Amino acid sequence: MAGKVVTISSGKGGVGKTTATANLGISLASLGRKVVVIDADIGLRNLDVIMGLENRIVYDLVDIVEGRSKLRQSMIKHKKFENLYLIPAAQTRDKMSVSPADMVKLTDELRDAHDFILIDSPAGIERGFRNALEPADEVLIVTNPEVSAVRDADRITGLIEAAEKGPGRLILNRLKPDLVKKGEMLSSDDVIDILGLSIIGIIPEDELVLSASNSGVPVTLNTDSKAGMAFNNVARRLTGEDVPFMNLDDEPGFFRRLARLIEAW
Amino acid sequence: MQEELIAIKGVNDGLLIALSTTEKWQLVTDQLAARIDEKADFFAGASITIQLGTRPVPKYELSSLKALLERRGLSLSLVQSESETTRKSATALQVAIENGNAREAPSPAQETAPVNPEETGTYGTLFRRTLRSGRTIHSEGHIVVYGDVNPGAKVIAAGDIVIWGKLRGYVHAGALGDESAVVCALDMSPSQLRIAGHLVTSPPGRRKGVLPEVAYVRDDQIIVEARD
Repeated sequence: MAGKVVTISSGKGGVGKTTATANLGISLASLGRKVVVIDADIGLRNLDVIMGLENRIVYDLVDIVEGRSKLRQSMIKHKKFENLYLIPAAQTRDKMSVSPADMVKLTDELRDAHDFILIDSPAGIERGFRNALEPADEVLIVTNPEVSAVRDADRITGLIEAAEKGPGRLILNRLKPDLVKKGEMLSSDDVIDILGLSIIGIIPEDELVLSASNSGVPVTLNTDSKAGMAFNNVARRLTGEDVPFMNLDDEPGFFRRLARLIEAW
Repeated sequence: MQEELIAIKGVNDGLLIALSTTEKWQLVTDQLAARIDEKADFFAGASITIQLGTRPVPKYELSSLKALLERRGLSLSLVQSESETTRKSATALQVAIENGNAREAPSPAQETAPVNPEETGTYGTLFRRTLRSGRTIHSEGHIVVYGDVNPGAKVIAAGDIVIWGKLRGYVHAGALGDESAVVCALDMSPSQLRIAGHLVTSPPGRRKGVLPEVAYVRDDQIIVEARD
């Protein structure tokens, strides 16, 4: 079976596209799939840092497209997973140095030997997004439970529909169940209601994500992390497995109740 | 009364403006500018197709027309013409051009209902999808949306607007001044609702027990009423 190209996009910046791409890449690889992750954010590359592969970069996406390097040469193998590769973005060029057709050609070459090709889309709705969208078989839309992020996710969804890339599935990132309970944060139901999309993952807010990103060891590798578990579940759903959604509000509720009891006493 | 040199109708999510093929260019463009300025709300942000028929339009005339539209925040997206001169002008200005006789099918991304300008009765446009943020649709007739209108989307019609879904975006019915126009929605919570020159916004907060509602103008005010 030919590999599947999955683009991770959001419209708004800073909602967690790159974190999601890195973690899904790791999760899929740990499930034994052959995975390539491509950083399409040319000029502002990040994915290599989050995956801890920054110091291994020799060639990048623009080098491949412009024929300075062979595809194989430019794929950086992950330190821990043999079956996970990164194609980094160029740091010194801009989005115009790659065309949507280049991305289709590149991913078509990768399809035979890999199960999943994940593309980390840049923020915005311009060329960089077009580059990431063109080769996609499926699009995952990352959003946060806040009005501005949901608005941009809606805009992106319209563009994805217009490009006939299917409705896309939603990753709701950085949800804080206790804030939702207090009515101070949009709930997953609110977001689904506005966007009318099906949801592939709800990722709870987790401080471990930040330290994981800084150290280049994605949070999925940390079995204590709820966010890591949630990303693992998204990866399993991507492979077609039916995984029930985690219950996110047990634990904090219990501790909070305990804390309140102690306080009252 | 001044002779009508301009005919306007809604197509896809833009406007088609047919200009007289015989009257003096200056007169036609002056009248077009006046029409747009008069109903700035209706035209706001629309993408414009200009139909020029057999009139040969040299480059400097077409370029001034383009500038006229752009000054008013409108984009000239297409020129339809049967004249070779006009076509050359459009190509030189990098404006899309189409043979006026053979209108190509609209792109599949934008579904459209045929609008018959000869029809003196009412006509409408049906959009059978959810309108997402950033999308604007116009009609000189009525508009029916079978789907939601999300925040950030705009629906502007000279006639009535019916939303068979949730209305959360911007709607303007009776945009050419018709105060008898109505807006109907299954779930009425627009970011802004206008009928002719009147305007209301939705009260903040969550609503319970959503019913289909109708908005209309009575005594210079927009009334929103449940229809159960």
